[in-house]
This record gives sequence, structure tokens and C-alpha cells, in this order.
Amino acid sequence: MAKWSMVIDLDKCVACQGCSIACRFENNTPVVSPEEAALGRSILWNEVFPLRSEGEAAIASAQAKFLTRPCMHCEDPPCIKVCPVGATYKDDEGIVRQNYARCIGCRFCTVACPYGVRYFNWYEPSWEEGMDTHLNPDRVAGRGDLEGPAIRPKGVVEKCTFCIHRHHKAIARAEAEGREFRNSDYTPACVQTCTAKARFFGDFDDPNSTVSRLSQSRRAFRLLDEAGTSPKVIYLHEG
Amino acid sequence: MLKADQKDKDKLIKPLFETGRTYWVTIAILLAIIGWALYMYYRQLTLGMKVTGMQRPVYWGVYMVNFIFFIGISHAGTLISAILRVTGAEWRRPITRVAEAITAFALIVGSLQIIIDMGRPDRLLSVILNGRLQSPILWDVLSVTAYFLGSITYLYLPVIPDAALLRDNLPPYSPAWRKRLYSIMALGWRGNRTQWIRLEKAIAVMAVLIIPIAVSVHTIISWILATTVQPGWHSTIFGPYFVVGAIFSGIGALFIAMTIVRWKLKLEEYITEKQYNNLGLIFITMSAVWMYFTYAEHMIITAGQEVYEFPVLTSKLWGDYAVSFWVMVALMVVSFWIMVIPRLISKTAKRFLVFQPRFTTGAVLLAVVTGYYLVTDSTIPGLSGINPETLFFLVRGSLLVELLFVGLGVAKWFKTRLVAATTVAGVMVVIGMWLERWNIIIPTMTHPYLVSWAEYHPTITEVALTAGSVALFIFMFLVFFKLFPIISIWEVAEGRVIDAERAKVTIPMPEASGIKERLRGKGIRKARG
Repeated sequence: MAKWSMVIDLDKCVACQGCSIACRFENNTPVVSPEEAALGRSILWNEVFPLRSEGEAAIASAQAKFLTRPCMHCEDPPCIKVCPVGATYKDDEGIVRQNYARCIGCRFCTVACPYGVRYFNWYEPSWEEGMDTHLNPDRVAGRGDLEGPAIRPKGVVEKCTFCIHRHHKAIARAEAEGREFRNSDYTPACVQTCTAKARFFGDFDDPNSTVSRLSQSRRAFRLLDEAGTSPKVIYLHEG
Repeated sequence: MLKADQKDKDKLIKPLFETGRTYWVTIAILLAIIGWALYMYYRQLTLGMKVTGMQRPVYWGVYMVNFIFFIGISHAGTLISAILRVTGAEWRRPITRVAEAITAFALIVGSLQIIIDMGRPDRLLSVILNGRLQSPILWDVLSVTAYFLGSITYLYLPVIPDAALLRDNLPPYSPAWRKRLYSIMALGWRGNRTQWIRLEKAIAVMAVLIIPIAVSVHTIISWILATTVQPGWHSTIFGPYFVVGAIFSGIGALFIAMTIVRWKLKLEEYITEKQYNNLGLIFITMSAVWMYFTYAEHMIITAGQEVYEFPVLTSKLWGDYAVSFWVMVALMVVSFWIMVIPRLISKTAKRFLVFQPRFTTGAVLLAVVTGYYLVTDSTIPGLSGINPETLFFLVRGSLLVELLFVGLGVAKWFKTRLVAATTVAGVMVVIGMWLERWNIIIPTMTHPYLVSWAEYHPTITEVALTAGSVALFIFMFLVFFKLFPIISIWEVAEGRVIDAERAKVTIPMPEASGIKERLRGKGIRKARG
């Protein structure tokens, strides 16, 4: 059983937001009008934003440090603890998933998450004409729940799933080809698309995987480690 | 046949069958507001939660504030009827029914806020079908449900003898359905000894049971916030802090209800100054404890210098939420002042200049002028030579002294007007406690860890649903008290019997000096026997 983990090298990241866009198309996150986006209702499972501590001056002078932030897939996730109906849960491989069919929209998980990785559908998702016919048809295999890239109804919470449907697809392909599933078969869209090759993905339990070796780096740190959530996304400091 | 006292008949039973125009006008206005809120809620259902002012990161807004506020108000009933019944406080008798009704209706309105706040209210049953007991929301569902069932029972039990009384004392012109209603509600009550013993036992058991449930309700509501790691919420003090605040705002709401009822139905003989005075003393205690908790809560954040918590605090002290924070503090301080200071100054205080109206008027004028200079930041003629730093303290210091004198004058005025003072304090505290919930939820929501800081402005939908909730609360109150007497007739009658028995007790009066004064302090005026 793999323990999926991601390493993001901030030294390499150029904050191009390619990961955000790839995620958007992969996971069918709805497009939001500029007015709603200004209100803070845009949905970006992988958000790229300047760190607040840098201040306005740093941002103006292009000196700010940017952070790209997928779901941390915490080992000890605060969101799962507070969900009243079990709509969000951690699967066998440590991925924190969200079941749109069960979510009651109480938004307790969005409040509990210190990273702000959870998004609420404030209204029925919509796409511009042309885009709506080119949505990702992939679906999460298994219990038939509404998960991953499935179109969300309004009033539910959604979040990054490490492209869980890609995992299921990779297993199915390996099976069809009559071979063992290899960890390298499965890559989330943000990792695949990363311009600077700043993202690494793999099995944390495998001591020889890239992520395990990089997590031993002296530059390695976890976001808001003091919140006690034990994130499985590990960052590498700049410089 | 149970017989009602003639006075009770005129004052308490008659108004149930005679409805004035004001009543119907009020009902119509309330229904209009509720209708507006229903329409706005329908819009929210069809268009989604985007019609609210909520967004990321402010995932909880006014609905959550209302939820905590209304559940807080609901603590009025438990405190008054349960705690006072258990401790045998006789003066509770005329106000128990009002207090218990506030509890039941505030709980209904409060729970409704959660459904309004849900993105998928159609999946409400999922909370029971797929409920996870580890989630604080489930704790809440359990404790609020227990509290609701308990308080409905607790409201109904003392209604039984009154319903029987009504059944037997209906005016001839009353409609037939009311006779049927009271017959059913009375459960065949005849007022015999066995029935009384059973009723008293049931009420006594409920009174004891409901106290821990009530404490659990607001503790758990605070835990919804405190079990998260959000800046400013992760605090052990939240449980008791919320319970104290709940009882505090509950008494405030009770004061308002008591005064309106007393004034509209002319119940001065039933709800006397004694109720206001004794309940006022509990109110003062709660006020002091609330201030202590508020101070402790903010003090520790100040000293902690946590990088994420500190901005939440500063936004309250001088940032975006300074107005709501300081208005809350001012309301609480002023309500404490007008409850406490009039009790401290003597009746002959008007001999002193500071208590005389002309002095107070002068202080008000001076305070207005000083406040004007402070707000507009204009230069004060004749004081331009003074060091600006000295002037800074001089202006603020003199404003404080002037306000102090205004306060003393006002306290003198309130000295002889206990009901007015108490009601004004009640209104202030109810508003102040709503603001307190706002000040706890919104500044933390707008100042999260990683997401950029945000602003929150409630929309017309949220305003409409808040107004509708308040209207629904008053509506239920009015309808209920059109059907059932506002004062528990049998409890008051029982109180009269007990009073009459006690009046027969003779107290020997020793000659020793000082005893007379001490007894007078306890309200015993004349030596008997």
C-alpha cells in the first residue's frame, strides 16, 4: 500500500500557475465570473499566491515569495475530524477525499482546514459555451459516489484529490496490459504539467522514491507544521 | 370544577379571549416580515449561497452568529425556572412561564439558523443516517435536541393545571375549539392530591435534569469553534465563557419580555419590582463574570504574541471590527453601570451637586463639545500653547471625567426607576451579546492562516433572514400567549398560600441594638410578638 506524497521545490517554482490551470481542466473546477472572483469565490484546488508576511511593498517590487498550494493530504486532517456525515474521509493510501453526494454543505471542514484548501460551491457551476462540451469525462471508479472530476452540484464542498481518478485509471491500464501497477504510473496533473519540474510525486513509504529522498533534504519543511496536521505535501525552502 | 381567583380571571384569563386591534396589527407586521424572509430564503435555495455575503475564507457569517445568539437567549428559561425552582426562590413564580417560553421558541429559531446556513438542507437527514459521533456538529445535534425536548416538556408540565383551570373557567363567548384544546392539554387534570404529587415530582426531576443539559448546549456550541485550530478560537475558556454569555443574554431577553408583558397586560401586581430586583442581582453577577472572561480571553492573546492570533485581536481593538467591538464593550459597561450605581447611591443623594439635573446637563454639554473637538481633531482655542502630548491626555481625560458625571446624574435618575433601568440594561445586553458573537466569529474568519485576509459584508438576504428569525420568535411568543396564560396561575396561587402561611410566623425581637437595622435590611419592618 503506497502512501502518496508530494514534494514541491520552491527554488524551482516560477509561480507560473500552470499547476492551477492543469488542475482546473483535469478536475472540471467551474469557471467563476470576475465579480464573483473578486468576492473570493473562485475555486482553485491548487492555488498560487504570495505569502502574506512579505507585505505589499514586496509584491509591488516583484520580490514577494509565492507559494503553490495543493491539498496537504494531512496524516491527521482537521477536516475529517469535524465532518458530521463522513463526506470527507482518508482512503487506504492516505488521500483525503470528498464525496459530493453525501456532503451537507455545513462548511465546518472549510472552517477547520488551516490551509484553506477546501472550496464551497456557492452556486450551480457553469462553463462558457464551448468549454462545457470539453469537460473531463473521467470518473472515480468504485462505489459510484460523486467524487473527483464529477460535476459538482451547488451547495457542496470540493477539494484537491491528488487526481484520484488518474490513480484508478493507471491501475486499470496496468491490469489491461497484464502487468503489475508501478508507482510511476500515477501522476497528478499539476506534477505532470509543472513548467519548472518543481513538483515530485510518489510513495513516501518507499525509501528509494524521489519524494522520500527529497524529504530528507535540509531544505525540507511542512506548511504550518505547528498546526499538528502532519501534511504529506513537503516543501523545499528557497536558497 | 377548578375555581380561579377573581383577580386571576380578570387579569390573566380574560385577555386570552379578548383580542385588541394592536395584537392583530402586530401579527400582520410580523407575518409580513416572515413572508419576506421566506421569499429571500427561497431565492437562496434556488440561486445558491452566493446571495449571501459569505465567501472564502469567511465560510460562516451572520447565520452562525444568529445561531449562537438565539441558542444563548434560550438559556433564560433554564436559569429562571430550573435553578430558581431547585433553590426554592419563591419570587420566581410569576416569571417562570415567560422564561420557559423564551427557551422553547429561541431553540426553534436557533436550530432553524443551521438549516438556513446549510448548502444542502435537503440532506439534513444524512446527519442522522450517516452521522459521525466524532464531529462536534453531532454533539450539538444531540444536546440541542435533548435540550429542546426537555424544555418543551418543562414548558408543558406547568401548563397542565392551568389548562384545566381554563377548561373549567371559559367565558361563555369562547369558541368551542378552545374548550377542546384545553381539555386535551389538561390530560384529565382534576387537581387531586395524587395528581399534584406526580406533577411536582415530574417538575422537580425535569428541573434537575435540564440544568446539565443547558450547560452542555452552549459549551458544545463553543466547542464547534474551539475544536478547530483557527486563530483566536482554539481556547479552553470558550466553554464557560459561552455559557455565562448565554445566561447573561437570556436574562436580558427575559427583562424585555417581562416589561412588555407587564406594560401591555397591566400586570404590575404580579410582576413586581421584587422580580426585577432579584433577577437584576443575578444579571449583575453574570455581567461581572462575562467581563472577567472577556478580559481574560483578550489579555492572553495580547500577551501570547502569536503571529496568527495577534492580527485577529488588533482587528478588534483598532482595525475593521473596532466599531462592533467597542460598541459591545460600551453597551456592557453602561448596562453594568445603570444596574449597579443606582443601587449604591443613597436616596438623599440629590443634596450633592453632582447628582443634580443642572449639573448633569452641564456635563452632557461639555462632553458633546469635548467629543466634537476629539472627533473633528480641531484646535481648541486658548490651548494652542500646550504640548500636543499633554493635550492628547487632557482632552481624553476630561471627556472621561465628564462622562463619569453624566453617568452619576443618569444613575440618580434611574435610582427611582428600577424597571426602566433594568429594561434598558436588558436591551443593551441583548444587542451587546449579538455583537459579541459577531466579534468572535467574523474577525477570525476574515483573518485565517494562509488565505489572504478578507472582508465580510452581510447582504440583504442575510438581513432579511435575521429580521425574519426575530419576527418568527416574537410571532410564536404572541400566539402561544394568546392560548395560554402568561403567568402560571397555579404557581402564583400556590405562592400566595405559602406567603400567607409565612406571614403567621412570629419573630421575637431582642432588645439588643443593631438587630432592628439588620432585620430591616432583610425586608422585615415591624417587630411582632
